[in-house]
Amino acid sequence: MQDAATIVMPAAPAGTPAAERWRALARNAFPFLVVGALWEIVAWAGLFPRQLFPTLEEIARALVELTLNGILLHHTAETIARLLSGFALAASFGVAIGMLMGRSRRAEDCILPLVSILAPIPGLAYTPLFLLWFGPGEVSAVLLVGFVSMFPVIYNTWTGVKAVKEIWLRSAQSMGASDRRIFRHVILPGALPYILTGLRLGLGQAWRILVAVEMLAAVPWGLGWLIFGAREFLNTDAMMAGVIVIALIGLALEKFVFQKLEHYTVVRWGMMGRS
Amino acid sequence: MTEQAQKRRSMIRGGLTLIAAAAFYEALARSGIFAAALLPTIPTVLRTLYAMILDGTMPLHALFTLYRVLFGFFLAVTCALPLGILMARFKRVENFFLPLTSALMPIPSFSLVPLFMLWFGIGNLTTILIVFYAASFPMLYNTWTGVRSVNPLWLRAAGSMGADERRLFWKVIIPGAFPFIITGMRQAFLRCWIAVVGAEMIAASDWGLGWVIFDAKEFLNADIMLASLIVIGGIGFVFERVVFGSLERFTVYRWGMVRMAKG
Repeated sequence: MQDAATIVMPAAPAGTPAAERWRALARNAFPFLVVGALWEIVAWAGLFPRQLFPTLEEIARALVELTLNGILLHHTAETIARLLSGFALAASFGVAIGMLMGRSRRAEDCILPLVSILAPIPGLAYTPLFLLWFGPGEVSAVLLVGFVSMFPVIYNTWTGVKAVKEIWLRSAQSMGASDRRIFRHVILPGALPYILTGLRLGLGQAWRILVAVEMLAAVPWGLGWLIFGAREFLNTDAMMAGVIVIALIGLALEKFVFQKLEHYTVVRWGMMGRS
Repeated sequence: MTEQAQKRRSMIRGGLTLIAAAAFYEALARSGIFAAALLPTIPTVLRTLYAMILDGTMPLHALFTLYRVLFGFFLAVTCALPLGILMARFKRVENFFLPLTSALMPIPSFSLVPLFMLWFGIGNLTTILIVFYAASFPMLYNTWTGVRSVNPLWLRAAGSMGADERRLFWKVIIPGAFPFIITGMRQAFLRCWIAVVGAEMIAASDWGLGWVIFDAKEFLNADIMLASLIVIGGIGFVFERVVFGSLERFTVYRWGMVRMAKG
């Protein structure tokens, strides 16, 4: 039936908005129903031991149970706090360093070689080193997430400041703007699209490695740790519940942060194009 | 002339910073504030690296890692490239796969490592599948975007000049989407390179650069860790510059063609 709706869609675009919305919902739900059914069949067929391949009901039960007794909430809260504190570090240092590099030739010459040596090494490769230096736990995890997600922010801020048109600076100068005014009213708005892009990329990077960092850094709470710990006891249902929550957070980041930022960036780009 | 002088000054400054950073590190390592095991001196690290290359362990680790990353990468390209094209060309394929893709894409590949370990055990299979997962989505997404953003004017022009479906596909759609496809490959490889190191750390086997770093931590061998870090950074750098740098020149060239055709 859902499939029929898909075929009818282009032929009959006219319809009440409510019916339209239902159809869109059905179209989006259909693939999940198919995959869910396949999963269910494989789980019930017993190709894999039930312990390793739980049915959807078991996963749902684990999800509800872990949510009700508050364990899942605690893990989630810790993960988000870690993500935000690491990202705050990356954003503040990254924007500051990038600005400095964009504004001062000397700073650029000095910092760029260091950044281009450190940036291409995959962030996770630093993990054991950080663990060794700062000890396992919270400090290492947050510092690592901040350190790794700092590089896209630096690169984009630097590019953005350099991309501010020379003529804007000169015209502001000739109209008697002070350095501070030029920074606030010309450089900052001009570089903003790039900075936002950098922040978006940085947050994405932070999110991708955070889960692995939580597995390796032996933090007491966190979704990564939940998944990793559940493996020891073959609690595949708890693992799947953790993965679902991770997917939901990722989806929320995508919908409410990245897309909003992107929209804003595009708008600014449009402005820049017009002027 | 001034440009040349400027460039030379930049290089001198850059070199000086690197020397200063190295000297600072060396001083810190020798001062004994931190344990020597945690902060080995630069000669120690280089000596370890040299010894590991000579006795063949380091090249073997690197080979294992490269095998996993390239296998996973090519698997991802061969699956995601056709699927992306199909999604862009056929509405029904898009309707089915797009919701799935947007639900799976935000799951970081590492969160699947413990699950894959349970299912596929420790070793090559798990690592390759994680790399595959990490690489598929950037590849898929960029191909899909690329094929859709082929200028409809070109399609209509080629159609009205009597190009059949096959010629249209090979001569217009594929070249038009190519810049996006190459961007997708580049992004996918970057993801792969991160994923393989992480997967090797968690799903520890006996070989691989990620495994070596993590294993060295157990024995406080910071020199081995730093030596492997140098190798990892070096290989990443080579791929980024040599392989994808030349690919990107190609892309830029194509982009230039696109701009010229549009303007």
